[in-house]
Amino acid sequence: MVKAAGLSKVVPNGAGQLAILHEIDLAVMAGEAVAIVGASGSGKSTLLGLLAGLDTPSAGSVHLDGVDLFALDEDGRAALRAKLLGFVFQSFQLLPALNALENVMLPLELAGTAGAGQLATAMLERVGLGERLRHYPKHLSGGEQQRVALARAFVMQPKLLLADEPTGNLDPATGAGIIDLMFALNAAAGTTLVLVTHDDAIARRCQRQIRLHGGRIVT
Amino acid sequence: MKPVFQPPVNLPLPLKMLLRDWRAGELRVLALALVIAVASITSVGFFADRVWQALTREANQLLGADVLLVSDHPFAADLREEIAKRGLARADGVSFVSMARAGDATQLAGVKAVSAGYPLRGKLRVAPRLNAEDAETGAIPPPGTAWLDERLSAALGVEVGQQIELGNARFTVGAVLTLEPDRGVSFFNIAPRLLMRVDDLAATGLIQTGSRAHYQLYVAGARAATEAYENWAKPKLGPGQRIESLGNARPEVRAGLDRAQQFLGLSAMLAVILAAVAIALSTRRYTQRHLDGYAVMRCFGAQQGRLFALFSWEFVLLGLAACALGCVLGYAGQAVIARWLTDFVASSLPQPGLYPVLQGFAAGLLLLLGFALPPLLQLKNVPAIRVIRREVGAPRQSALAGYALGLAALGALLVWQAGELKLGATVFAGFTAAFMLFWLASLGALRLFAALGRAGSVSWRYGLANLRRRSRANAVQIVALALGLTALLLLTFIRGDLLESWRTKLPQDAPNRFVVNIQPEQVQPLARFLAQNRVGAPATFPMVRARLTAINDRAVSAADYADERARRQIDREFNLSFMQTMPPGNQIAGGRWFSRDDLALGSVSVEVWIAERLGIKLGDRLSFAGGGASVTVPVTSLRKLDWDSMRPNFFFVTTPKALAGFPLSYMTTFRLPATDAMFTTRLTQAFPNLTVIDVGAVMRQINGVLDQVIRAVEFVFLFALVAGVLVLYAALLSTQDERVQEAALMRALGASRAQVAGAQRAEFLALGLVAGVLASAGTTAIGYVLAERVFQFPWQFNAAIWLAGPLAGLACVTLNAWLGGRAALNHPPMLALREAG
Repeated sequence: MVKAAGLSKVVPNGAGQLAILHEIDLAVMAGEAVAIVGASGSGKSTLLGLLAGLDTPSAGSVHLDGVDLFALDEDGRAALRAKLLGFVFQSFQLLPALNALENVMLPLELAGTAGAGQLATAMLERVGLGERLRHYPKHLSGGEQQRVALARAFVMQPKLLLADEPTGNLDPATGAGIIDLMFALNAAAGTTLVLVTHDDAIARRCQRQIRLHGGRIVT
Repeated sequence: MKPVFQPPVNLPLPLKMLLRDWRAGELRVLALALVIAVASITSVGFFADRVWQALTREANQLLGADVLLVSDHPFAADLREEIAKRGLARADGVSFVSMARAGDATQLAGVKAVSAGYPLRGKLRVAPRLNAEDAETGAIPPPGTAWLDERLSAALGVEVGQQIELGNARFTVGAVLTLEPDRGVSFFNIAPRLLMRVDDLAATGLIQTGSRAHYQLYVAGARAATEAYENWAKPKLGPGQRIESLGNARPEVRAGLDRAQQFLGLSAMLAVILAAVAIALSTRRYTQRHLDGYAVMRCFGAQQGRLFALFSWEFVLLGLAACALGCVLGYAGQAVIARWLTDFVASSLPQPGLYPVLQGFAAGLLLLLGFALPPLLQLKNVPAIRVIRREVGAPRQSALAGYALGLAALGALLVWQAGELKLGATVFAGFTAAFMLFWLASLGALRLFAALGRAGSVSWRYGLANLRRRSRANAVQIVALALGLTALLLLTFIRGDLLESWRTKLPQDAPNRFVVNIQPEQVQPLARFLAQNRVGAPATFPMVRARLTAINDRAVSAADYADERARRQIDREFNLSFMQTMPPGNQIAGGRWFSRDDLALGSVSVEVWIAERLGIKLGDRLSFAGGGASVTVPVTSLRKLDWDSMRPNFFFVTTPKALAGFPLSYMTTFRLPATDAMFTTRLTQAFPNLTVIDVGAVMRQINGVLDQVIRAVEFVFLFALVAGVLVLYAALLSTQDERVQEAALMRALGASRAQVAGAQRAEFLALGLVAGVLASAGTTAIGYVLAERVFQFPWQFNAAIWLAGPLAGLACVTLNAWLGGRAALNHPPMLALREAG
């Protein structure tokens, strides 16, 4: 499903260059759940950004579902994301001007999917927010906002879900609830999961862990 | 939770996005700014359209009809009948000169006999007795009645109710005729007027076959129909018959309207500039608030082009809606203006055309495109990685490059709105210069305040340090605040000065009678007579009647000119005057006033309007002839006249010696004493050859027009005022998000409410003070330019502006600090920090 080879990212740092990732090679099979773990600054989020094609590498390649991501231009990568990917972010990234339902409808509307309203409503009911469709993000708790984000990710029935510290902004109890929900949805949809976290307990729920240190895979 | 509007699900996505953003309040300032800009442009556009029509109508008033046929013999039946067949209105008139009698007194009168309906354009004005207040009337004299003007009443010594004789018939004097709309621009050389019914004419026995009389056929109706009739009638006219076309609108009315247009144009431009600033500020805020949303949508796989198209469509839809609303408001606005101008603008005016609507839409979309496109394009460059790494924003662009398109759009719009390159470019250059100066001055002031903030309490230091830390955003805020405040100060202080100076050009005690035909030997006795009756006569002017016979020794005639107005002028004798010093109210527009050499050798100064009509340039040699004398003199100056003043104005003024050989008379003006209704009668009895002309009715009309036009101008100022307030609001909003987050952070770090409020106070105090001082400086500079360069009245330093500017600046930011600050302090820090991500 995901295959990265020789992936490196170097950024200018004052006078010199700072290598954030060093020749990462990894592969994730379809239906697999993989956790990328490591301390802050180890390059986890950068790797996730590259796997999603949100950023471009200094060297190396990423294949998603057999397609060479960086052989495509930015719009080509966006089209591939629309087809394959779902996202969950640490900071939820809900649009504040849209209510819960509209936030979930948005990717469907952008893709021109018919029946966006019904699909989004059904998805929000699945994440337990059927009663809060018209609530705006600012009127929702952190856990509820992340549920909306999960609904928004799964409503597109992605083949691959990329989650960046999904519990990073939540208290442990709420975080655990979100992780349970995410794994349940993942299992039900048979989605491949790549999860970035620094929480080993969450990482252990995945079939495999890839540990980063200083921009290199250490396990 | 209260129910909120939910856009229907099956709408196109851009429309849904627009409705959602609208609901969230993201677009209100932007939309309102657009509405204001479009409304001010269209209301002025509609108004200009109506003024143009009013001017045409004014000109038509001078004919008393849309088409006027004049003949030296009665009109054939078919010419008359065709008018009714075409559904047009008709009135008949016969005019001739005859002796009127009252007891022993006799006077040659210009008799005009008219049928019901006359005049078809314009209104007669009559007074119930001499020197009483006059009023419009839609009637003509009843049978057996005649209306006499003041001169004829005075010459015959009759009052309303008394009898006069004309030919074989006797008439009762029914009223004093004060104004005939079609009497024309020239007050001179017309016999005193007697107006009567055409059906009473037979009884006088004055009109027989071969009598010397002029017949008029007045025609009015829809423009297309009157034009069709005119074209039909033209080939049927025989010798001695002609069609009168539009004359020139009265110059004094035209001058007033020209100035009104200037005022309206400037206030509309001010509204447009301010709206542009508000649009720029609000799109900037909009795009900043949408950086995250844009990045998220990119993550979902939305392609750049599609997202750009979505946002662009959203803005276009917003623009179209705002423009439509602006046009409706503008139309309503002009309806209010037109209502105020009812005495002046005919109620039967056709609706204004669609052009102002097109102009409004084009202007609104141009402004939106100019100011919203660059930030939208910037949005396009937001990297999707921002969803993971928040510190990645949109690529920075220099402010100037970002707004270059907007400035270009604004410049184009101002030139278009001004209708001429020079005025539009001047206003644009002034605005750009003010913008740059405000920008530089605010950056300098921020540095200064930051330097001052090294000592003092924590709040004070922190607040002032913020000025420097956020210097770009703060400078934007200061510039916008200063621009908004400048507009408000201009509208409150300078507007009053300007309008007052205009209004006082026609003082309440302005002369209302012109006296002509004064012989040289009567000048002194007349002055004594006026003095004995305590009537002040401001000045006496020499007057010579002469024709313009040649320009640069080439003979001129009406045939040389295509322009009808020029043809009429050249056929007439001009009233020339001569003087050594330039009369008040005149202004040199080219060349120079008479020098010592000119006075010795002879030269002429020409009024600019007539010079343009007749193709006269500085240095041309003009030949005049009249009363057996002739003279050729060079043109050494061109003069602009103050037509508002009701002073005697002369197209041609020569040096005194140039007209030495010509027959000479004098003219003067005076104000009729309100308590002495019979003064004119006594004057004409003492000096029977004098002609006294009542210009009071015309003056009252002009004063009325002036008052109405000033109200119209003040109405359009309101748009600018609202735009100014909008800019202030947008400026204050522009940094609110950041302040709320910052206050939350400070409180989270343990700052007390008092400390947070204190820091914000220090910052706002500096911002308000700088903006206020800049606004005072801007207002003073603009006021000076307007007074000295545009409207020509003496500029006076107004200290109150320098007090009002900073105070208003402080009031604005205090209000903002109170509202925004309260929001910041009352916003739970956790929520603010969470929203900030």
